Amino acid sequence: MGLLISQANAFDGAYKVGGVFSVTGRASFLGDPEKKTVEMLAEKINAAGGINGKKLELVIYDDEGDATKCNLKVKKLITNDKVCAVIGPSLSGLSLAVIPVAEKHKTPLVSCAASYKIVHNEKTGKPYKWVFKTPQSDSMAVEAIYMHLKNRGINKIAIMSVTSGYGASGRSELIRLAPEYNMNIIADEKYGPKDTDMTAQLTKIKGMAPAAIVNWSIGPTQVTMIRNWKDLGMTAIPLYQSHGFGSRKNIELAGGAAEGVLCPLGACNIAEQLPADHPQKSVTMDYLKSYTAKYNEPLSSFGGHGWDALQLVVDALSAVGDDKAAIRDYLEKKQGFVGQHGIFNFSPDDHNGLTKAAFSMVIVKDNDWALVD
Amino acid sequence: MEKITLASQLLQYLITGLTVGSVYAMVAVGFNIIYNVTEIINFAQGEFVMLGGLIMVFLHVAMGLPLILAFPATIILVTLVGIFLDRLAIRPIRRPSVLTLIIATIAVSILIKGTASLIWGKDPFDLPAFSGRNPITFLGAVVQPQYFWVIGFLIITAIALSIFFDRTILGKAMSACADNPNAASLVGINVKQMIMLSFALSAAIGAVAGITITPISLMEYDRGAMLAVKGFAAAILGGLGSFPGAILGGLIMGSIESFGAGLVSSGYKDAFALIVLLVILFFKPSGLMGSIEISRIKRF
Amino acid sequence: MLRIAKLPIAVFALFILVFPWTARQIPAIEHYPDIMVFAGIYCLITIGLSLLMGYAGQISIGHAAFFGIGAYISGILTTNYGMNPWACMGIGMAVTAVVAALVGTPSLKLKGHYLAMATLAFGIIIFIIFNEETQWTGGPDGMPGIPGLSLFGFEFDSVERYYYLVWGFVIAAFIFTVNVIQSGTGRALRAIHASELAAGAMGVDVSQFKILVFVYSAVLASLAGSFYAHYLNFVNPATFDLFFSIKLLIMIALGGMHNIWGAIVGTGLITFLSNEWLQYFEEFEVIVYGAILLFVTVLLPEGLAGVPGIVKGWFRR
Repeated sequence: MGLLISQANAFDGAYKVGGVFSVTGRASFLGDPEKKTVEMLAEKINAAGGINGKKLELVIYDDEGDATKCNLKVKKLITNDKVCAVIGPSLSGLSLAVIPVAEKHKTPLVSCAASYKIVHNEKTGKPYKWVFKTPQSDSMAVEAIYMHLKNRGINKIAIMSVTSGYGASGRSELIRLAPEYNMNIIADEKYGPKDTDMTAQLTKIKGMAPAAIVNWSIGPTQVTMIRNWKDLGMTAIPLYQSHGFGSRKNIELAGGAAEGVLCPLGACNIAEQLPADHPQKSVTMDYLKSYTAKYNEPLSSFGGHGWDALQLVVDALSAVGDDKAAIRDYLEKKQGFVGQHGIFNFSPDDHNGLTKAAFSMVIVKDNDWALVD
Repeated sequence: MEKITLASQLLQYLITGLTVGSVYAMVAVGFNIIYNVTEIINFAQGEFVMLGGLIMVFLHVAMGLPLILAFPATIILVTLVGIFLDRLAIRPIRRPSVLTLIIATIAVSILIKGTASLIWGKDPFDLPAFSGRNPITFLGAVVQPQYFWVIGFLIITAIALSIFFDRTILGKAMSACADNPNAASLVGINVKQMIMLSFALSAAIGAVAGITITPISLMEYDRGAMLAVKGFAAAILGGLGSFPGAILGGLIMGSIESFGAGLVSSGYKDAFALIVLLVILFFKPSGLMGSIEISRIKRF
Repeated sequence: MLRIAKLPIAVFALFILVFPWTARQIPAIEHYPDIMVFAGIYCLITIGLSLLMGYAGQISIGHAAFFGIGAYISGILTTNYGMNPWACMGIGMAVTAVVAALVGTPSLKLKGHYLAMATLAFGIIIFIIFNEETQWTGGPDGMPGIPGLSLFGFEFDSVERYYYLVWGFVIAAFIFTVNVIQSGTGRALRAIHASELAAGAMGVDVSQFKILVFVYSAVLASLAGSFYAHYLNFVNPATFDLFFSIKLLIMIALGGMHNIWGAIVGTGLITFLSNEWLQYFEEFEVIVYGAILLFVTVLLPEGLAGVPGIVKGWFRR
């Protein structure tokens, strides 16, 4: 009992940070690791004495991947729970949906979703004042892939994408950036997120004989697609996955068919493979160890976005306290922030802070990741 | 790598279509069994397929039971779920109307789906293929051995069912209930038991479909709804109540989907089956092998 | 309900009027008016659907499609073409009416299961279209930046203002619908529900009425969709999926199918359950819905609206 009292007295006030993630629902593979990560991080911070002696109070809601709930929860966090900043949502569509709420209530929002539109107001060409994001944009992943293909001398490719927000976004970037890298997209196939068989699409692609295939999906379809690719005897055509492939579980589920598949990954996925002098080595190794120790499950790439978001807010809180405008100004100027997915350099024109250097090309070798040049 | 010929492509689409179609056919057969005895359309039919796959994963992969034991054990367990559905949701309804029964089976399908997500989570699961994964090349098309298992089980199921319904007393009793439950009970047939049996049988067939298809396309907790809709479309296409119709309907539906995805638009793949369903419902609801008189006699 | 009871409507209107102010006094439910806006939007759908299912006895498992058509038409026309939102609402309703008539005419000739499946298929096809036609709808990522509503310069840009706007329409729709039930049309509907053959023999144009009610319920859903789009300033296809159509069924079944009040009560309960009360039981949400639906179907066929009758029955013994 004495210990509890002394713990409570150890903090001199609290900073309230809100979070909305798609913990359950169709995007739970995003929101669940994000929630677990931020909770783990908050625990660690509070165990070490909090932020300048104040307790970090996290209020987290589940939006279940639903736009209505997300909107309601973000509003609730700001008006009811009176948080000083919101991290999340996990999904691009939902993030876009709550931007007006953050702007209206002048509250910093650090999204864990990937779409570049989150930090790019199409009408003004500049970022939204109060909104930031931590995941790399799809364009960076596409550029990493195209760079690699170009270096291999490949330019006749087939693309496949899932008809979800993630797939549609990747697909439009693939198409948009193709001319820049001299890529000739000879086939553009799609499939649904619940599809269990892509042999029809792959058969069509096989008929066009591309020199490489780029697949943009997330969830079980990326695994099914690999199995179909192998079953149809197409392994001679190199297969590139999106960065959504970043989980050892996917390699496992592919049952050996993933050998030789390439994808671009952020540093936190390949912490163990990073050289010792890599600037992100220590934060990523630390995250890997703490997460796997606490939750007994493999690290997820997406949890890293949550880590980056919360850690940025914590950094701001420790520097300027919980005034919303001060936090926003601080974030916008932050340089050299070492995160799970890259080293961030924010500016008034760039509320994402990453470049394509945030991705490394990785190949599946012996059922594990291996860096490629 | 040389381009493959259009003929090989078409053959590939056909083979995939027949395999996927076999699953739809089994779902459609399941619909028909229950419909024939009770005139109810069981919206939870797709969940039996899902449960077949996931329970098999549990028994065979997690618990390590050998295939030869896990297969029948899974079927028995899913059959129990089917019986459970009848006891819990169908039998207790005091004044059955179309609306009520439809809603009851929808309710159970949601319950099963929710429970599955609690037990297995949202991730997809895999089963090892029954006879390995070495593909067989055939005229330029690639066939997985598992495809043969799927189609094979469809054939076995079809034969077993026709023997059951035409040659055994129990089967004939079940058919009698479908034609006229009052007359059937007058000759001593326990109609309630026949209904329960129809759900049990339906569930068992669904389970077989789920077990055989999982090694090809994985299985996850929410696969049931789309399977039910497409299986129903197959049943209607073939003529509701007709077993050969269900099988034909399923195979045709699978093929339409496969060719549609390959030749027309892969994004609209799911829509093909549904458009076919609407066309049939609007222009020939009795389907390919059903007859108009029979559909008029049925209560629903 | 055989008479237009003015008192319950007045009491209800008073409750609606006073609720936001009351909620603001209690911190724990301060955000409830926000949820009530959505409840009101969904009520617009369920009032019409209740008329269709409870009175005309027709089932639709695809009403999310009409909700979505209204939402997307409002969204597309106002965001991409800058048209007046109120005019777009009207256009949405007109388009929906046409679609509903086109789909309804052949569908409503079908019975029971066939009708259910036809509406189900239609609902899913529309959902797929929302997802696929990215240039128009923004695809799976959704369409952000939909403007809000304003009238002669008065902007409905706060929770309270939108709340009163939506609930005003709900009460109007409610009164109108109840009037319909009392009128000759309502009697014709009930005759159709009881026996189409008999109704037809008595000179009721059965198909015309069924289609009329179907179109009416679709148009209300479209109106609801427009309100939704302008409140959230965002739409995405996931909102209009099969599960939402099923949720609508649950709202009506829970409240009581043969009672328009039931639609309102059921909708309110499910909306709050969905967005507020179940938040600690996320994993169980789907199971709870299934259990509620099953419980109501088997044990409480008249829904909550039937509870007073059951309780009275106990007292009589």
